[in-house]
Amino acid sequence: MNSSKPAGAKGLVAEVVRKQYFWGIIAIVLLLAVNVFKDPSYLAISISPTDGNLVGNLIDILRAAAPVLMIAVGMCLVVATGGIDLSVGSIMVVAGAVSMELLAGSNAPDSLGAAFIAIVVALAISGLLGAVNGVLVSVVGLQPFISTLVVMLAGRGLAKVITGGQNTSAVNEPFRWVANGYAIGIPVVFVLAVLITIAVGMLVRKSALGLMIEAIGMDAKAARLAGLNRRGLLMTAYISSGLLAGVAGIFATASVMTVDVSRTGYQLELDAILAVVIGGTSLAGGKFNITGAAIGAILIATLDKTVVFLGVSSSATPAFKAIVIVALCLLQSERVRALFRQRRIQRPTGTAATKKETVSA
Amino acid sequence: MSDRSLQISEAPWAGAEVLRASGLVVDRDSSVALDGAGVTLYAGEIHALMGVNGAGKSTLVAALTGALPVVGGEIRLDGRALGRMTTTQASAAGIASVYQEASLCGNLSVAENIMIGQEARGRFGIDWPETHRVARRTLSRLGLDDLDSTTPVWALPVAERQLVAIARAVVHDPRVLVLDEPTSSLEPHEVERIFSVLAGIRARGAAVLFVSHILEQVFAVSDRVTVLREGRDVGTFETDDIDRAELISVMLGQDLDSLRMLGSGTRPHRQEPEGDPIYRTDKLGLRGAVAPVDIDLYRGEILGFAGLRGSGRTEFANVMTGSLRADTGEARIDGRVVKMRDPAQALRLRLGMVTEDAADDGLVTGLTVRQNIVLARQALRGWADPVGAAEADTLVEELTESLSIPADLIDEPVDRLSTGNRRRVALARILATRPRVLILDDPTRGADVAAKAAIERKIERLAGDGVAIVYISSEMEDVVRLSDRIAIFRDREKIAEVSSGPGLSVDTIVELIADDSHYDM
Repeated sequence: MNSSKPAGAKGLVAEVVRKQYFWGIIAIVLLLAVNVFKDPSYLAISISPTDGNLVGNLIDILRAAAPVLMIAVGMCLVVATGGIDLSVGSIMVVAGAVSMELLAGSNAPDSLGAAFIAIVVALAISGLLGAVNGVLVSVVGLQPFISTLVVMLAGRGLAKVITGGQNTSAVNEPFRWVANGYAIGIPVVFVLAVLITIAVGMLVRKSALGLMIEAIGMDAKAARLAGLNRRGLLMTAYISSGLLAGVAGIFATASVMTVDVSRTGYQLELDAILAVVIGGTSLAGGKFNITGAAIGAILIATLDKTVVFLGVSSSATPAFKAIVIVALCLLQSERVRALFRQRRIQRPTGTAATKKETVSA
Repeated sequence: MSDRSLQISEAPWAGAEVLRASGLVVDRDSSVALDGAGVTLYAGEIHALMGVNGAGKSTLVAALTGALPVVGGEIRLDGRALGRMTTTQASAAGIASVYQEASLCGNLSVAENIMIGQEARGRFGIDWPETHRVARRTLSRLGLDDLDSTTPVWALPVAERQLVAIARAVVHDPRVLVLDEPTSSLEPHEVERIFSVLAGIRARGAAVLFVSHILEQVFAVSDRVTVLREGRDVGTFETDDIDRAELISVMLGQDLDSLRMLGSGTRPHRQEPEGDPIYRTDKLGLRGAVAPVDIDLYRGEILGFAGLRGSGRTEFANVMTGSLRADTGEARIDGRVVKMRDPAQALRLRLGMVTEDAADDGLVTGLTVRQNIVLARQALRGWADPVGAAEADTLVEELTESLSIPADLIDEPVDRLSTGNRRRVALARILATRPRVLILDDPTRGADVAAKAAIERKIERLAGDGVAIVYISSEMEDVVRLSDRIAIFRDREKIAEVSSGPGLSVDTIVELIADDSHYDM
């Protein structure tokens, strides 16, 4: 999604290797390799005899990646402005709560119209919460961390108020299809997530939005002097993040047709931040990379599934995740890479071994 | 540090050799910044380091003080070769430094800033009374007893901060004191004070190396001068033996005759205001910044703002573009009243400004020269209508060429550029919006002779094309030479307006500024 000009397939490969998210791709491959080692048929994808859809672990991973992908893309834009959006997990649960309540209370609960209204209202409220973040940051001038922390706390409370503290369920086939349906054998939810990601990427890179967001993230004062509308750009970023979190919330609740007010989207903001960082976008703001964030999101989903597959006890899951991510961040760090380069010069033979050990650590 | 028996003779640099750097090679971001540069300093001399922008002055300073690693060549202090060193090791060895933008902690006191990192230690950690004593002693040694050592640094004017930074560097009587443009943003009387402090340091037998491009200052204060060009030292002269023109020609590597063409560019004709003013202010002002000012600005004229720093000239310029919001009076563009809210709005009204510190914080660091130039035009157009690649190419090529910005810098991030080049990029960026009114606050500060000539030629050409220009500068000669009319500011107020012409000289303006009974200074 970046404005690079690859010189053929070889150029493209060389280009990717230089990117920060290259290590994210390596990590995904390694995790899959570990899974294959445990069960050689892990990667097998079969065609379900009943409905002709693809089934398999990879498909599950893609399905699980969709919500994280959405919030990671939104987070990427916010982080590029030099901010952070801690409220995405809470906005997810609000969107879920709103849509479930609407469906449950609808006159024609199973109709396409009801699903449509649920989705539109849920997105509108998500966008509104994003706008609250935007106003707090750009007009009131609060720090992004505090502003979005407020909305994070308020959001989960709001979701509980909306459902009356219940985990509301509903039955609506069109709504369920969003998360569980298939289009030409591929999960609809992943197709939608990828399309939205591409659309956002095109929007920011084909227009000047991307450059402007980077400019205010790098140097707000200089950008103001250049005549950029900082307030408008910040509003755009936070509203986008809110909307995308709403989409993620719909994805997450539609797959089980229940909103779990205390668990839906819980701590997912952290996954989104990790995905963004893995993708090579600095938390200091400025240059951002949506492709990288997408790869980061897929890595997070792979990691989650791997933990389950390997049977790591649920109490040790966070630690396992932490280890993989620390290793990845170390590999991305210029300093650590420089250290490796030095060692390679001193001991040309030991290189390959050293590298592998660290990756799988 | 053994040889302390210094004789300060008639010619001070006949004293002991303190530092000899030779053949220094420094790579900066994969390009060679120094390619065999050197300098030799003697005890008890003030040594100036000159060169055009990008000649490697700041890099040489960084190499001497350990801020950048040296790839080749050697640095000898008192005959001993110094290996690879950090800034801490360099200052421990006796090479102290004061950087361009005095890096002090604003919220700490003068004494704390002087002593930070070199506090007096007692048995139980830092001995604060002794620390403060040492700070006060250092200040009084420099003749700065009037500085209150308990004042927080943020409350001090720039010049005094610079003095605090110098005091910090000389606490332990360094052998060599290196200053990177200590005076570039100061007024003449402040510069004098700094120089008298430097002379005091010289008298104590230290070698002082200072970077400057202000010829007057170099001739006023230094004993010798070393000129750098393209990363090498191209000559060291005793200041008494060389005249200005020669020195400039060495800096530029051009002969004298071709230089004469540069300096003598007086404007061919003075424009008489005609038609209606394009920009008119009626009692426009901002409490606490500048008293209400009336200004008429016409197409194709250059209106100079003369005045000292702090006279209100910069404040008024900022009010004119909405960087500061006026609270009294009104502004009219083409006769229509406009409320200036922010620079974005000024830009939409085709009103551009290059701020005083545009080279430092007016450009988006991290973006390239090209992106910075395109950004302002993009801001004007809105996000939905991106400036296409072809359009950007033409724009950038045209502007960089007309301001003589080297073409190989176009895709470099701006933070890698020298100050003079950054200043030109800032100007190019505003020009990309095709302003009808252009406000330039000290656009040639920190620019060398060649850059200055390029900028001034461009300003004249713009006026010729009908742009209305406000030209602000500390260099009164420049204001007088370039302007058609001059508004004079003092004490946050416009006190007079004069038409420029053969009869007008710098002295006239200085008299106007100084001539007032209640003007106490």
